[in-house]
Amino acid sequence: MHMIPAAFTYHRPTSVQEAVSLLARLGEEGRALAGGHSLIPMMKLRLAAPQHLVDLAGLSELRGIRDDGGDIVVGAMTTQHELAASDLLGAKIPLLREASLLIADPQVRYVGTLGGNVANGDPGNDMPAIMICLDASYEVMSETGRRRIAARAFYQGAYLTALGTGEILTGIRIPVPPAGHGQAYEKLKRKIGDYATAAAAVILSFSGGTVKSCSIGLTNVADKPLWAEGAADILIGSALDPATVKRAVAAAEAITSPASDARGPAHYRTKMAGVMLARALARAKERARN
Amino acid sequence: MSKSQVSMTVNGRAVEALVEPRTLLIHFLREQLNLTGSHVGCDTSHCGACTVDLDGKSVKSCTMFAVQVNGADIRTIEGMANADGTLHALQEGFREMHGLQCGFCTPGMIMRAYRLLQENKSPNEDEIRFGIAGNLCRCTGYQNIVKAIQYAAAKINGVPFQEAAE
Amino acid sequence: MNDQTPTSAQRAEALQGMGCRRKRVEDIRFVQGKGNYVDDLKLPGMLYGDFTRSPHAHARIKKIDTAKAAAVPGVVAVLTAETLKTVNLAWMPTLAGDVQMVLADGKVLFQNQEVAFVIAEDRYTAADAADMVEVEYEALPANVDPLKAMTPDASVIREDIKDKTEGAHGKRKHYNHVFNWQAGDKAATDAAFGKADVTIREFIVYPRVHPCPLETCQCVASFDKIKGELTLWGTFQAPHVIRTVGSLISKIPEHKIHVIAPDIGGGFGNKVGAYSGYICAIVASIVTGRPVKWTEDRIENLSTTAFARDFHMEMEIACTRDGRVTALRCYTIADHGAFDACANASKWPAGLFSIITGSYDFPAAHVSVDGVYTNKAPGGVAYRCSFRVTEAAYCIERAMDIMAQKLGMDPAEFRVKNLIRREQFPYTSAMGWQYDSGDYHTAMTKAMETVNYKKLREEQKAKQAAFRRGDTRELMGIGVAFFTEIVGAGPSRNCDILGIAMFDSAEIRIHPTGTGVCRLGTKSQGQGHETTYAQIIATELGLAADNITVEEGNTDTAPYGLGTYGSRSTPVSGAATAMACRKIKSKAQMIAAYMLEVHDDDLEWDVDRFRVKGNPERFKTMTELAWAAYHEVPPGMEPGLEAVNYYDPPNFTFPFGAYICVVDVDVDTGMTKVRRFYALDDCGTRINPMIIEGQVHGGLTEAFGIAMGQELHYDPEGNITTASFLDYFLPTAVETPKWETDWTTTPSPHHPIGAKGVGESPNVGGVPCFSNAVNDAFKFLGSTHIQMPHDQWRTWAAADKLGLH
Repeated sequence: MHMIPAAFTYHRPTSVQEAVSLLARLGEEGRALAGGHSLIPMMKLRLAAPQHLVDLAGLSELRGIRDDGGDIVVGAMTTQHELAASDLLGAKIPLLREASLLIADPQVRYVGTLGGNVANGDPGNDMPAIMICLDASYEVMSETGRRRIAARAFYQGAYLTALGTGEILTGIRIPVPPAGHGQAYEKLKRKIGDYATAAAAVILSFSGGTVKSCSIGLTNVADKPLWAEGAADILIGSALDPATVKRAVAAAEAITSPASDARGPAHYRTKMAGVMLARALARAKERARN
Repeated sequence: MSKSQVSMTVNGRAVEALVEPRTLLIHFLREQLNLTGSHVGCDTSHCGACTVDLDGKSVKSCTMFAVQVNGADIRTIEGMANADGTLHALQEGFREMHGLQCGFCTPGMIMRAYRLLQENKSPNEDEIRFGIAGNLCRCTGYQNIVKAIQYAAAKINGVPFQEAAE
Repeated sequence: MNDQTPTSAQRAEALQGMGCRRKRVEDIRFVQGKGNYVDDLKLPGMLYGDFTRSPHAHARIKKIDTAKAAAVPGVVAVLTAETLKTVNLAWMPTLAGDVQMVLADGKVLFQNQEVAFVIAEDRYTAADAADMVEVEYEALPANVDPLKAMTPDASVIREDIKDKTEGAHGKRKHYNHVFNWQAGDKAATDAAFGKADVTIREFIVYPRVHPCPLETCQCVASFDKIKGELTLWGTFQAPHVIRTVGSLISKIPEHKIHVIAPDIGGGFGNKVGAYSGYICAIVASIVTGRPVKWTEDRIENLSTTAFARDFHMEMEIACTRDGRVTALRCYTIADHGAFDACANASKWPAGLFSIITGSYDFPAAHVSVDGVYTNKAPGGVAYRCSFRVTEAAYCIERAMDIMAQKLGMDPAEFRVKNLIRREQFPYTSAMGWQYDSGDYHTAMTKAMETVNYKKLREEQKAKQAAFRRGDTRELMGIGVAFFTEIVGAGPSRNCDILGIAMFDSAEIRIHPTGTGVCRLGTKSQGQGHETTYAQIIATELGLAADNITVEEGNTDTAPYGLGTYGSRSTPVSGAATAMACRKIKSKAQMIAAYMLEVHDDDLEWDVDRFRVKGNPERFKTMTELAWAAYHEVPPGMEPGLEAVNYYDPPNFTFPFGAYICVVDVDVDTGMTKVRRFYALDDCGTRINPMIIEGQVHGGLTEAFGIAMGQELHYDPEGNITTASFLDYFLPTAVETPKWETDWTTTPSPHHPIGAKGVGESPNVGGVPCFSNAVNDAFKFLGSTHIQMPHDQWRTWAAADKLGLH
């Protein structure tokens, strides 16, 4: 039977301090439970069998979306549904809503959290590449205090992140792109709700008809989300003409190393990263204002 | 493993029970509360046959533990009919439009449609299809499910229902 | 009579008989969550069973240690093959004349094969304990390539029959060979190929897929020690067969076995045969003295229960220069997995595959099928296949397109040229099937005109030019399929399941107050039988459909039947229903004549009553006659008003259809968008158009899934990689296209109400239509055959191979 988890002890701390103390004490035996829609399916398949679950649902400090001087800070326990429904985010960082609605399905989005999606290191998750693209940082807390980790420095490999034992994400800090930026997330998938065959997140701005700034994140084409810095550099100063885009696409493809799986062989997924990048660039361009 | 006490409201009734922490909400509903309308159809949280309405959200009850939702207000298919026994507009719509065949996905589908219509009073066809993307059906091909939801929306909104030609 | 008197038409409408869109009776409980599915059943003292399964595709079992599992608190028993051997149930017979391990005996032959069965107080404990059975394996090389199954150095899969040169279906030419089966005239076919103007040959694969009903397989077994009786609830499409087979293998007398199939959450052929879970639950109940429930999860369902297809077909067609087909030749390797558990009628190891000449007038044809064993799950016949008709239809429809391309003819035009003509019916095919009725050209014309086929081809031409110019990166494809089905198994001279002839039954009892009950040997899993059989009775007997209860699935009360699969319910039990009605009507007529004091021949039937010819104010309604049957029958007549009919069909029925599909393929991603799908079905008399549409929508959605991405994929080591919904492609409402349905009506001349059945037609015709559409998109660039599934990466790879990137 593949849908019955192994037994565990359940904890429901009422403060972040209590949560991190608990996690520190439990060490390898404990896991934080956010929305649970990554962890619980793994527990049902018995690919994960933590002896203790520390439920973060009772921690009100981890909720809410707020403006903080040029940044927006999203509480780690904010659900995808709340993200997509936020007028503040929809106006200031439309890329988040666009990506959120491409994650899973309505029921999963009601429960799955932004913190969970960015923190567990699953290379298939969509938000990490978005965060890398936007140069977000993660606010992290442990027993010993708080720190901030740039998304671009957070991901080390499949399920390997800079998050230490006893640490939890409390919030995601995203700098608000200045007005005029074009943003797009282009995701190729076998069906709605699937993990990406390949996906590209783009944010760019123009000045006088040429690209002034550009940031590119790639999803699920390596064992971690990718920041295609080289590809973005190629585009800066260009008018996004076909020849330059082609070079940028080649540069993006060059940093991918996707898994071969049911979505397709590695070389196909690499090519699709390129196609998604080209399409994301085109849409971001349409949405940008000079 | 020692059990914990949970209490919640299910279909308007307060319930209290002892559960293992690992008891999935779907099993709690089906086996301890004998509400067998919600179903299990998969192992990986894809099919949506277990969907219930919890604190104003559509959730897959196979992907949460009963202990997580202590204190919640839950509505299942068994709580959808009106107090006088007449069918909810969605239940009526599914019958009128032949939106079910084997009936196994139907409770989850109706519970999701219920919340969808709270989110959006008059969804168009694309919005309905996107709105039920978390509910799989093997029998109907979805076309009549879309019509059923459109029928229900029209009835709830008090407007005439125009069935699209095939 | 006055203005208030209902007219015949009004009375007919009130009956809700055949032809109307009667709302479904079963919906009332389903929409309220009050369905009664197997897992809803809770019996006092009930235990739960769960399997320990093999991680290996092929391995010897060195040791099984159940001690730790048995010691888990709450575990009541653990069964292994050794336990089952004590009651001679370690192996069970299959429907295909083979034997199958119930629990692994000495070795395992496919990944996730059942090794031990743990019985516990609750399902969570059973799951824990199943993980604690310790098994020592010695891995063996696995073979999952059916084309390599019969090489000289292939590893032996079936050691139990390794030296047997004869199987259930004749000679075995290799230890991994199951059977060879042939049909048609080889000499005439070879001769026709020898002198053909034009031939095509293509290797066409129908991949392994799975019917995947939303409810998995499950049962509750309860053995009453005191009475010596077994009650078995289960997901059974053929409850009586389960009872008979259960009796034969358990030695419990058949009258002491009570099989009940309650509501079933989809079947599609997945729930016909007997599974290890059923046998183990029965044994567990006998051993523990308590009811035992077994349910499987989705991964178990996809990886171990009846899969579908896995046919590898070398197909050839011969043609005259001007496009008339002259011969067909097909050699097939059929992958049966580790045991031949195909749910076929016993004389047909390759099912009705010889329908492969399809809708076309082939003068000569020959097929040869070799079944082979591999290290995969057993099965093969399922998923709306009508017994391998899906494989045959896919093959012929692809081949017709390939031949049309070679001839430089439009695929629809090529078909029209070769369709069997109306005046040729009843038509005897080169394979010996007598097609009952058909008007193919009318259907094809209607389909082509409705979609404006000519205009679509013009649009396609323009879009091809635009592609060449670089103005678009999309290719437009138009898929055509004209299928002929063979359903309604079947005449006793052709069809039996383990020796039981494939008749079916209806028993109707009308009560004194004019309402009634009808019980049948079929078993709905969503097809709406409670609604539709009552419609037949309403029209035949003039009693409102709402006044007839329809029951299926309880073997104690239902007359013997072979169950529901292969679209056989309407052709066989539908006929039995009509025939039983006619016996009742005949008796009612005699009662009416007696009451009206006229001769039987002086009466005529008018919707719901017998009236005197020429004197219509003198009549007796069926309701009045029902009362009379219990109150005062003519002297010498038995009271009561009931009849049973066991119907042995004189022939199969042959529904057909014309499907046309338009797709747009994004060459750069391989993504295919379905722009339009038009399906015209002819199933003869249409009992409930609403239900027919629903069946077509559902079957087309299955076909879409199959054509566009479903496969049960095994890696070279025999690991199944697509056994959950993470990877097994089931379309959501977002991907699923909108369906346009249409019809013509060509009744079956041999069926009492002219009905043919329709449930599987959309899967039969849908898959080739989709596949032809995708293939058609690439034709102008020189492509002849792109293998399905047409998922994105494969379609992209086809584009890549053509140099389009």
